[in-house]
Amino acid sequence: MPATPSRLQVLSLYKQFIRNSNQFNNFNFREYFLRISREKFKENAPIQDKEKVAKLYEAAQRDLGVLKRQKLISQMYTFDKLVVESAKDQGDSRS
Amino acid sequence: MLRRTVASGSSMMRMAKLPLSSRTALASATTLPRRHYSPAAAVKLTNDISLETHTDTQMASRDQAAARAEASAGSSAKAAAIIDEIDTSGRTALNAAYQENTGFGTRPIYMDMQATTPTDPRVLDTMLKFFTGLYGNPHSNTHSYGWETNKEVETARDHIAKLIGADSKEIVFTSGATESNNMVVKGVARFYKKTKKHIITTRTEHKCVLEAARAMINEGFEVTFLPVDEAGLVDLKELEAAIRPDTCLVSVMAVNNEIGVIQPLKEIGQICKKHKVYFHTDAAQAYGKIKLDVNEMNIDLLSISSHKIYGPKGIGALYVRRRPRVRLEPLFSGGGQERGLRSGTLAPPLVAGFGEAARLMHQEFESDQAHIKRLSDKLVKGLLANDHTNLNGSASHRYPGCINVSFAYVEGESLLMALRDIALSSGSACTSASLEPSYVLHALGRDDALAHSSIRFGIGRFTTEREVDYVIKAISERVEFLRSISPLWEMVQEGIDLDSIEWSGH
Ligand SMILES: Cc1ncc(COP(=O)(O)O)c(C=O)c1O
Repeated sequence: MPATPSRLQVLSLYKQFIRNSNQFNNFNFREYFLRISREKFKENAPIQDKEKVAKLYEAAQRDLGVLKRQKLISQMYTFDKLVVESAKDQGDSRS
Repeated sequence: MLRRTVASGSSMMRMAKLPLSSRTALASATTLPRRHYSPAAAVKLTNDISLETHTDTQMASRDQAAARAEASAGSSAKAAAIIDEIDTSGRTALNAAYQENTGFGTRPIYMDMQATTPTDPRVLDTMLKFFTGLYGNPHSNTHSYGWETNKEVETARDHIAKLIGADSKEIVFTSGATESNNMVVKGVARFYKKTKKHIITTRTEHKCVLEAARAMINEGFEVTFLPVDEAGLVDLKELEAAIRPDTCLVSVMAVNNEIGVIQPLKEIGQICKKHKVYFHTDAAQAYGKIKLDVNEMNIDLLSISSHKIYGPKGIGALYVRRRPRVRLEPLFSGGGQERGLRSGTLAPPLVAGFGEAARLMHQEFESDQAHIKRLSDKLVKGLLANDHTNLNGSASHRYPGCINVSFAYVEGESLLMALRDIALSSGSACTSASLEPSYVLHALGRDDALAHSSIRFGIGRFTTEREVDYVIKAISERVEFLRSISPLWEMVQEGIDLDSIEWSGH
């Protein structure tokens, strides 16, 4: 069984989800991953069962890996900005 | 790796400039001086090359505008003059919108989710390893290259089957829903042709079902194209009455691609079971978006398309029931892959991407559902707040991600031309290139004028509230503007019957 993460570890993981989501160059992907990162962490916050938390933590780490790779790809293959996007709302730029 | 190559490469270049004598002296020590290149310097070198590759999309939109203008000018002089006038004024409206948006980008908002969807980055992540090393042929079973790819293919098949309550052995990979639909309509009919000569489908099906059915007429079959009511739904009594002893197949789509109407699949399934005819549903627009269960709904065959669920294009699947077994004649002859129903080597990157897309449709079902419903409600409310607008198709039996609205006295094509900042379609992707009114809206009893003035809005997982707000504002402004200069609106005011106009461009 994987080890149960501390509160601090979960918080740090959450911050990394937000940071990496913000770094997508594509507007729609950026907004989507920000939205579901918040949604998922909020939804799972009340879970107390240690085993469940450990499992979720492990799965979330794999998802973070996907996010880290894909945000880089999004930065490498870019397109013009959308008509709803202003130059300043591009989240954090490069990592 | 890259750093070392660059560093040693530049050291070679410097050596070349040195006199020969000192070069030989240095050469004996080449392994040592390399250490002098600090990592920082090496990093600086590689960083000079940008990893970014930008795709300019402005050019494409300019080319398209030019091509459209040319095409419309070709139809008839009068139409050209009208279109030209509307187009010019539309552009004025567009310019106004752009000016307001200084500091913003230029790429249009994507609202054509029924034509295709963006590939989910998580899907791409699954696919990449097939291009970097996992290249074995999944049908090779003599070595591990084949096995490792085959394992991934079977995992994908499991994900795809799970979403409709099927067994993974009942999933056959194809190139897309068009192929799946052709396989069913032609394959089932041909297999049972000795005793059965009749096929039932509806008038609002996708072109690929209608054309496949029409092709079977040439092979001596009879086809009943059932009408739909004004909400777009088939009449179950009419369907039951149409079934004959020699009917082999009933094909009714799950979610309509133009109006989003959901057909009563469970009831149709029961009728088909009772009369022992096979029930096929084209679920290209429904799979993963509404709850489907092949057993509960008595579905014998079901078509799926990957690119409608954020997966890659060029792949789809056909569910073929195993118990009781549904027989069909394959379209392709060959190595007998996919239970002999679809010969040819599979495309593992596409299969795996499709599988991941299906897994995500399952995982994100509630989240997607809530998001799409919320944005859809907002969009419908915002659009219908304009005068003389109406929602096409049933208001209750519908998938919220597909919204079809008619704007009376505005020509759909000119509205689309005035809306270059939003990627939309005036109906099915295949007919949007011509000025022909949608046959689906016709089947609903809409007249030419209203069918002409309809636009389809697609909302998906990646649509944002900001885009919906922009679309509501842009559409409302430009509908009002186009109406103010519309020759149709003028004609109505002069008392001319719009139904008497012959539409060209068929
Ligand atoms: C209802 C329906 N059937 C079939 C298709 C064709 O799917 P594919 O592009 O996978 O061949 C589409 C998409 O255009 C569709 O909407």
